[in-house]
Amino acid sequence: MKPRQKRIAIIVGGLASLGIAAALLLNALDSNIALYVTPTEVAAGKAPQGKAFRIGGLVKEGSIQRNDMTVRFIMTDTAKDIPVAFTGILPDLFKEGKGAVAQGKLDAGGVFVASEVLAKHDENYMPPEAKAAVDAAQKK
Amino acid sequence: MTHSLIHWFRFASPQSFYPLAGKLVPWFWALAALTGAAGLYIGFFVAPTDAQQGEGYRIIFVHVPASWMSMFIYLVMAFWAGLGLVLNTRLSGMMAQALAPTGALMAALSLWTGALWGKPMWGAWWVWDARLTSELILFFLYIGFIALQAAIDDPRRADKAGAVLALVGVVNIPIIYFSVKWWNTLHQGSTINLNKAPSMATTMLWGMLLMALCFWMYSIAVALMRARAIILERERHTEWVKHALD
Repeated sequence: MKPRQKRIAIIVGGLASLGIAAALLLNALDSNIALYVTPTEVAAGKAPQGKAFRIGGLVKEGSIQRNDMTVRFIMTDTAKDIPVAFTGILPDLFKEGKGAVAQGKLDAGGVFVASEVLAKHDENYMPPEAKAAVDAAQKK
Repeated sequence: MTHSLIHWFRFASPQSFYPLAGKLVPWFWALAALTGAAGLYIGFFVAPTDAQQGEGYRIIFVHVPASWMSMFIYLVMAFWAGLGLVLNTRLSGMMAQALAPTGALMAALSLWTGALWGKPMWGAWWVWDARLTSELILFFLYIGFIALQAAIDDPRRADKAGAVLALVGVVNIPIIYFSVKWWNTLHQGSTINLNKAPSMATTMLWGMLLMALCFWMYSIAVALMRARAIILERERHTEWVKHALD
């Protein structure tokens, strides 16, 4: 092998082993990298016990109830529901039927008491007229 | 070796690359100005307001091109660095060195505009989500590359050390790109995909693509200018540089 080919082999081999190492590492860290758990995972006991964590899902339609500064709503992934209570200011994009992520703890009664609620935006961008047309089409 | 290969290798020498880059720079600046003006006009005046985010979504005309560039420049930088390691060409290391500051700028711009958008939309400036964290690591990789190269006096050794760092960091690029697919992240999935139609109004898309083109042209122009300065600095003892500056 010429020195140049040897260097190519070393670089390609190095990158390949680095890639495998990274893939294994990320695979092992998988559950820790996820920003939030879904209501189904909470129901399956995958949420950390007694520690703060984040749940993510959709805000169930018609579930938002306001009482002074406290907001109660249901977080759903359409399979399982979790009631959430939050005291504070909600972001503008927080709406029923839209994605959200809440950080907090489960209390004894199974209510998720959130200290922070973030709105999760989807990847769709459209003007209001197009949005109205999509909504009208979905209602039919 | 074929005729065309000889032709291309001619520009691998700093002496012949220097005037070529000098001729190309004004063209890339002109293209950057044109696409930038058109992109900003569409972005601010033609593209409609978003149904959910209102006017705040217009950050994408800077945020998305900057994020794309930050990842792409890293790949190009790593390519040059790898080529330098394999072929021992002088110009490769200079190109990698010339690209790094622009890449760092793009990564910083991406993080900064993202934070400005995140506060009103998500409700947080920063979240330790996989997409955001891996982009931050990319920024640190650029800074680390620049610092490592600057720390070693001998340019040839500096290039080699930097090249190893640049190549190791390549692992991060697919992690950034696929993070929104592999894990639950707060950051939304990608709007532009190769295998399906973009989920975005056409005028918005045009504005974004024009801005992306503008960022490309700007990055090339600035990298070529920086490469010219690096060539002069590193080859300052040679006869041709003394003549070029006369």
